[in-house]
Amino acid sequence: MTTQTAPQREEHPRGAVAVEVTGATRVFQGSAGTVTALDGVDLTVGAGEFVSLIGPSGCGKSTLLRLIADLDRPSAGTIEVFGRTAEQARLAHDYGIAFQQAGLLPWRTVRANIELPLAMHGTGRAARRERADYLVELVGLAEFADHYPDQLSGGMQQRVAIARAVAEEPSLLLMDEPFGALDEMTRERLQGELVRICAETRAAVVFVTHSIPEAVFLSDRVVVMSARPGRIREVVDIDLTRAARSDEGLREDAAYFAAVTRVREALHHGSPAPAQGVELR
Amino acid sequence: MTAARTAAARGLPPVLLLVALLAAWQTVVVVGQVPAFLLPSPSAIGSELVALWPTISSAILVTGGNSLLGLLLGALTGVAVAVVAGLLPSADRMLQPFVAGLAVVPIVALAPVLYTMYGAASEVARVIVAAIAAFVPVFVTTTRGLRQVRPVHRDLMRAYGATPRQATVTVTVPTAVPFVFTGLRLASSLAVISAIVAEYFGGPRTGIGSFITTAAAGSNYARAWAFVVGGILVGLAFYGVTLAAEHLVRRRAGPRAR
Ligand SMILES: Nc1ncnc2c1ncn2[C@@H]1O[C@H](COP(=O)(O)OP(=O)(O)OP(=O)(O)O)[C@@H](O)[C@H]1O
Ligand SMILES: [Mg+2]
Repeated sequence: MTTQTAPQREEHPRGAVAVEVTGATRVFQGSAGTVTALDGVDLTVGAGEFVSLIGPSGCGKSTLLRLIADLDRPSAGTIEVFGRTAEQARLAHDYGIAFQQAGLLPWRTVRANIELPLAMHGTGRAARRERADYLVELVGLAEFADHYPDQLSGGMQQRVAIARAVAEEPSLLLMDEPFGALDEMTRERLQGELVRICAETRAAVVFVTHSIPEAVFLSDRVVVMSARPGRIREVVDIDLTRAARSDEGLREDAAYFAAVTRVREALHHGSPAPAQGVELR
Repeated sequence: MTAARTAAARGLPPVLLLVALLAAWQTVVVVGQVPAFLLPSPSAIGSELVALWPTISSAILVTGGNSLLGLLLGALTGVAVAVVAGLLPSADRMLQPFVAGLAVVPIVALAPVLYTMYGAASEVARVIVAAIAAFVPVFVTTTRGLRQVRPVHRDLMRAYGATPRQATVTVTVPTAVPFVFTGLRLASSLAVISAIVAEYFGGPRTGIGSFITTAAAGSNYARAWAFVVGGILVGLAFYGVTLAAEHLVRRRAGPRAR
């Protein structure tokens, strides 16, 4: 049951392509010399597609995400988001973002933190409250809605950050190891929720992770990167339907294990020469 | 209830120490027959305090009023100027050396000049001296506080496409608030000290400082000390109120890990 389930490609309201990265290079100039964090990276993320970035620490995953978010500019190459420049997309609030650190505002309650993007973009008070009520429930923090961030554990704070990222139902979600600090149970529950949210809102996701099973479970494609200079080594297609994914049985599915193995091999045994039988972009 | 009890338990040792010190002081003065111009006894000061309370309390109100007005003016200006400097780097570069200069000027030295400018019967000179004294620490700590925004918060504001104004209100100012209060605490005692010392240089005979100089000049040492006690009361009141305000704001903003 692996191959024939092509991703459902009916017309997406935002067009066919969410993110188009072409020849992106980012060189950091430091006092201790220059670091080539990214070197000629090409990546296309289709609308509604879930793409994970995986690779060793320091290989430029966060850097790539920041370029897409227009929090940083490439030294060379271009980045388009929904057919416009990354800057235009940022100013149009095209994406929601969750950073490697939760980055909550400590002087705001959980609820006020989740409402922050809505408040900044002019959503009315009642609508904000309704949305926040739904989201605290979603991330399992309903009882903590009126607590302050430093009264929460690190994992709970991260859940608030995830709720904040999806608050505006963006068509693109940029997430940097959002589940890194969570226990296995919460992690699996939120993975399931994320799949469901994405299916509902048809959001494209660029998702940085260090976990191979997580990447495979969530993604349509897994981008495997190598370090110094940061490059894309392989792109592994994961042929699992969204429907299959929302079924908890998937985690024991043979196709799932096969995909995990392929990503692991790409990550560990990947040589500079392209591996046989794996699509390289 | 328990909070009140712990507060009492914590307040008790310093009070005991104070009582012990006063007793020792009284003993030394009485037994050693220390002359009054060297050191009057606590009981002599206490009886002056009681006898002159109407005068002392009105002097407390005058000096306290000058200090408060100066503190408010100085603090508001300090915060406002720091915010402007934070938004405009060019203004910041212009202001920093100016404020550094202001910090080393003995501000009370301005008092005689100001008395001639505003008339010897006016309190304005004292308010201005207190205001300048309060401005400096508030400006300095606020400026520092406005630079403490965490990079992840700056990224967040950028990701939301926030205008500079939105980013200032949402992230920059709340981050700076604890720093503003540190400055305010410094400023409150500086304002009181400056207002009192400014009175030493002339002006209407209305405040604590004027009465201290008059009493001392008239060799009424116990009376001078009674007014000094009045000055201490003003200082303590200011410190307490700023501390309470800080607690209140912190509480509203939730307890914070720093
Ligand atoms: N602002 C910066 N200035 C200088 N060098 C930087 C900067 N940001 C990143 N780098 C360098 O770029 C490289 C890639 O960093 P990046 O944060 O993208 O890695 P990463 O793949 O996200 O790693 P991790 O998995 O540990 O989060 C690193 O070598 C890092 O030192
Ligand atoms: Mg990273």
